Parts: sequence; structure tokens; C-alpha cells
Amino acid sequence: MPVLRRNLTAYGFLCAALLCFAVFAWYPMAREFILSFQSTNLIDPPTWVGLDNFSYAVSDPAFADAWLATLQFTFLALACGYVVPFVVAVVLNELRHARAYLRFVVYLPVMLPPIVAVLLFRWFFDPGPGLFNQVLGFFQLPGLAWLDSPTTALISLVIVSTWMNMGSATLIYLAALQNIPSELYEAAELDGAGIWKRIRHVTIPQTRLILLLMLMLQIVATMQVFIEPYMLTGGGPENSTVTVAYLLFQYAFTYQNYGSAGALGMMLMIVLLAFAAFQLRLTREDKT
Amino acid sequence: MISVGARAGTRRGRARRRRGRPIESQFRTIISPLQLNSRWGRRIYWAVLVTIVVSFTLIFLFPLYWMITGAMKTGEEIAQMPPTLFPAEPTLDSYVEAWDLFDLGTLLWNTAYYSFGGWLFCMAVDVSAAYALSRLRPMFGGVILGAMLATLMIPAMVVLIPLYVTVVDLGLLNNPWGLWFPAAANGFNIFLLKRFFDSIPRELIEAAQIDGAGPLRVLWSVVLPISRPILGVVSIFTIVTSFKDFVWPLLVMTDSDKMTLSVGLSQTAGMVSQNAIMGGLVVASVPTIIVFFIFQRHIMAGLTAGSIKG
Repeated sequence: MPVLRRNLTAYGFLCAALLCFAVFAWYPMAREFILSFQSTNLIDPPTWVGLDNFSYAVSDPAFADAWLATLQFTFLALACGYVVPFVVAVVLNELRHARAYLRFVVYLPVMLPPIVAVLLFRWFFDPGPGLFNQVLGFFQLPGLAWLDSPTTALISLVIVSTWMNMGSATLIYLAALQNIPSELYEAAELDGAGIWKRIRHVTIPQTRLILLLMLMLQIVATMQVFIEPYMLTGGGPENSTVTVAYLLFQYAFTYQNYGSAGALGMMLMIVLLAFAAFQLRLTREDKT
Repeated sequence: MISVGARAGTRRGRARRRRGRPIESQFRTIISPLQLNSRWGRRIYWAVLVTIVVSFTLIFLFPLYWMITGAMKTGEEIAQMPPTLFPAEPTLDSYVEAWDLFDLGTLLWNTAYYSFGGWLFCMAVDVSAAYALSRLRPMFGGVILGAMLATLMIPAMVVLIPLYVTVVDLGLLNNPWGLWFPAAANGFNIFLLKRFFDSIPRELIEAAQIDGAGPLRVLWSVVLPISRPILGVVSIFTIVTSFKDFVWPLLVMTDSDKMTLSVGLSQTAGMVSQNAIMGGLVVASVPTIIVFFIFQRHIMAGLTAGSIKG
């Protein structure tokens, strides 16, 4: 029976992937849900605790601060990491020389292991012999405390994060810009549209879908920021850089409170999925 | 298949004769070639070009220069204020020091082993799954693909905890399989591969089948040779991602003789002098930079492959 045989061979090819997904992707998704209603230290058998984990997380004084810091970070990181790559891509697309070099250079930090970028910038941020304060000093400007002050710590993290991540967004925009038919620009020009109006009425509408998609991807990525606060500030100074992901990590691996980490993770996931759903609706409306 | 999107365009600027060579445009963008080649257009263009080239070099390359030269300075020089632009007496001592202190040999070997092992396993699993979904069309294939893609929606930091708990339950801590299994469950790879396999002409496969090739033979002798471009892209991304990964190896590979490069650097960085840290960072970045130099085209094509059409 050919149908049966075809299915058997197909599932033969699929079984390794199904096993990997079942154990290391689908099961953990379900486990996340279960975990958030349990108390466990991975040694004793887990007990059901209802909503205790959620109330523990919400009543933690760090909870509100973590969300605030995450939102601030996301907002700042988007203000740099979302707008700057698009502007850069538009300008790069206008250039007729050195394109390959500029593309190479802007993507180079993305290739580096994040730990390299983070440890390198930790040195640059050093208030003493660090590069940034030395450059400020060279221009007779007062040095900043960077990572050591609650007011500048978050901004410093945004700088690192933008430096090491903006390359991929820039190249994606650049590819999208190159797909805009040149007739549209010619038509706009004939209609008397200046440079600004050409950007406003041709470039942006033509790249709208990718702009929306990248916005969603970047929100989801930046709201999970972890390695920067983990390596650079340890959440300090004065808890100003404790992000939700960092708090979640602390719950699980500093306090061994896996249940509350699961509960916090559920909340983070709901927020991120809400963003994604909202974005999906926007793109749907865009098509109709 | 993997051109970055440069379109063959008309060269318009050529017709204009002005002082100097006109700026040639491969394709039309926001600013028309005519405007670009006007007197002010050219002045502004060159000013912008120089500004951008200089500032990009300063922003993106200078930090790396600072890292490399920092590792060549002595302990006193690196702490000196104001800093020196060139190392006064370039030495490679801090590289040697870094190599010993961080135990870079072990770390590099571990990372290479995990990356290539993970790559082999991931390709075997994902290619055969994509092949089954694309060509053998099993029952519930659509559902399975949907469920695989759904895992991409779940934020990585959220699954981290339950995944860790699962790995602990299975006793895979400090075992390379603790890295390899989760890496193989990659919905995006399967999606990319399946989409490419879908585009292979039916006739090719049917011809092979008429010649008596079974499914495995078709995969090996027909599908894989045709799919080289996408296999290249997926391979590079899989290897680079696992080389760069930090959080997951930090949790799974905790023994100091089993750590990856990134984790090892982060754990020891607090106890080592600044120039030795820089030496370690240079060693950690060299492999990825080499890969980038060699496979630049593939990487840039792969970057846009998933997003533009997706």
C-alpha cells in the first residue's frame, strides 16, 4: 500500500526532529506553564502551590523596577536601534562608493561573540583610563560615571547593545530598499516631489511591511535583554539595570526559585505575545 | 539564488559631461542621477561620503583596533592616562598570558567541538525533517510544520528555565548533547530548508525515482547537491550562532574544563589584568572574523533570505 509506505518513510525521516522538538521545544513550553504553578528545587518532588509564584513575583519590590527598567531599555534601544539603522540604510543606499566596505564594517560587530563586545565596552566605560572618558577629556568635556551611576547605566547598556546589533537591521533594510522599483521614484520626481516627500511617500510605504516586522522582532529581542546587565552592571547601581530577564535568571539560578522564575517568564511571554499579536493585526490590515 | 539584490540597472549618469568623472549610478534611488551630478549635488555627495566612511570606521573598526593594540600594551601602558594611540613597545606577552590564564587552548577546542558536532547533528536532523515535510508529504505534515514554527514565537529567555529543568532531569548537564539536542530543534532552519526543497522541480525527482532511486537516494544524490546554496547559509548560521551563544552554555556547561570560549572568558575576566582580557577577546573574535571574511556573501544573503519573503 503506497500511501502507508510513503507515510512510514516520511515519519522515518521525521522521527529525529520530532523527538528533538518534543523533548526540547514542545515539552518545555508545557513545562513552563506547569512550573509556574509549582514549587520545586529540582531535588525534592514538586508541589502545587496555585498562584503563590505569581504573587511572590508581583510582591517582590524589584518587580515594578524590573519592568520599568525593561521598558526604559526597550524604548531607548528602539530609539537608537530602530531609527538609526533605517536612516543609515537610506543614506548608504544613496552612496555610489565604498558600499561593500560600509556594509562589511557595519556588520562586523554582529559577527563578534556578544561577550567580546560586552567585555570590550566594559573597559571603554571605565571612568578612569576608559576610552570614552579619555575622548571626552580630549575635547575638554567632563567625564561621566557611565556604568557606575544610576542615571547613565541604562544608557550605557543601550550603547553597547546598539553597537553590537544594529548591523543586521541595517543590512535587512538595505536589501529592502534595493527592491523598490526605480519607476516609483521617477514618477514621484515628475510629480514634483522633493527628496523628503520621496522618502515620505515612496521609501517608507514601500518598506512598511519590513519596518513593521523588524519593529516586532526588535521589541521581542530587546525586552529579553540579559547579557548586558548580567556582565556589565550585575543589575546595579541601585537596581537601575535589573531587567525582567535578569530578574528571572536571578530567581532561578541565584535563589533556586524555579517556580517564581516560571511565573515571571509567563508574564514576560504574555506581554511579548501581545506585542506580536498586535503587530500581526497591523500587517494583516496592511494587506487588505 | 544568493545575490544580495544588486539589480542590473541602466547607467544614466554617463551621458553627462561635466568637470571630472560623473558619479555613476547602478540603479535609481531617492536622489536622481541628474541631481547627484549637479554642481552642488556632487559637493554634498562627496562631503556625505567622506563623513560616513570616516565615522563608520571610527565607530565600528576603531574599538577593534583599540582591543588589538590594548592587548599589545604593557600593564602600565594600558592604565596610562591619557592613553597612547600606538603601543610604545608592542609585545605579545599578554596573548601568552591570556592563553595560560584563561586556558584558551581548552576553551577553543571545546567551542570548536560543540559547534561542529552541533552542526553535524543539526543538519542531519533538520535536513531530513525538511525533506520529509517537503517531498514525502506525510499526513499531518502541515500541523507538524506549524507546531515547529510556533516554537519560534516563544521568547528564548522564557523557555530557558523549563528547558534547563528538562536538561537537568535528563542528566545532560556538562554533556555536549545538552547543547546539541535543543539546537537541533530549530524551526527556522527547517522552514528555510523546506522552502528551498519545495522549489526543486518535480521532474528531477521523478526522473530519479523512475531510475529506481529510493527516498534516501533521492535526498542524497538529487536534493542535497542542488541545495548547496541554502545548505551553506544554514550551516554558517548554525555554526556561528553556536559559537556566539552565551546564556545556554553558561547554564549547561558549568565544569571549567568543559566551558565554551564565551563562558570561560566571562568567568575568569574578573581575575585577570586588562591587557590579558583584551588578548583573550582578540583570540575569541578571530574565528568569527575569519568566517565573516570568507563567507561574507553567504552571510549577508542568509540574513535577508528569511526576512524579506517571510
